[in-house]
Amino acid sequence: MSKNTAMRPRPLSPHLSIYKPIPTMLMSILHRITGAALYVGTLLVAWWLIAAAGSPEYFDLVDSFFGSFIGRLILFGYTWALMHHMLGGIRHFIWDAGLLFDKETSTKLAWATLAGSIILTILIWIVGYAMR
Amino acid sequence: MSDFRTPLGKVRGSGSARDGTEHFWRQRLTAIANVPLVLFFVGLLISLNGEGYDTVREALADPLVTVLMILMIGSAFYHMRLGMQVIIEDYVHGEGNKLALLILNTFFTVLMAALSVFALLKIAFGG
Repeated sequence: MSKNTAMRPRPLSPHLSIYKPIPTMLMSILHRITGAALYVGTLLVAWWLIAAAGSPEYFDLVDSFFGSFIGRLILFGYTWALMHHMLGGIRHFIWDAGLLFDKETSTKLAWATLAGSIILTILIWIVGYAMR
Repeated sequence: MSDFRTPLGKVRGSGSARDGTEHFWRQRLTAIANVPLVLFFVGLLISLNGEGYDTVREALADPLVTVLMILMIGSAFYHMRLGMQVIIEDYVHGEGNKLALLILNTFFTVLMAALSVFALLKIAFGG
């Protein structure tokens, strides 16, 4: 009988689905998603470096993949994930210092993270193409 | 309520997770290093956009670039290992699966870092 009690599932605290999404919450979730995406993205970094260390033919093959439409789309998404995660991290540094915690400011900061990440991503790509 | 911690445990200050604030601290330390290092990497990629094999290798073989790239790999990959560890601990509840994924997380990160650093050194030392 005591075993029965132990087998009963433990009560769980309410999960994500019951909360109304708010900016700070969305940026927190995006911070984790972009972090996980960047984790997978290291495959691309390693691949590119290995290609550069290999033969010219292999490098051209990898280079043409990154230069293709799909490749550029992935790199554009990678850039955004990197910028968003970086700005999210800077937001964490601000909070680590005990600053800008109040409701209105933290909401503004959340929107600024999103806006800043999009602006930085577009800027990087404009500069990248302008320097070509 | 009385405190059940031993004097030694109190001095060590490691808490119930047994590693204190070490994880948090390393996450922040690598995050601080990542900001300039990753921006450098992005800048390097911008400057190499559209360039061919020889120019890319020449740029990566520059001693300063090689060292900064190795530092970027070390800091960013360590940071992402810490981050993925938290994600695994949050969502994977079976002890066996959790342990297996935590081990794989370390293996994947170290493998990616080893491949990247080896490639950089090969380019730098003229392989």
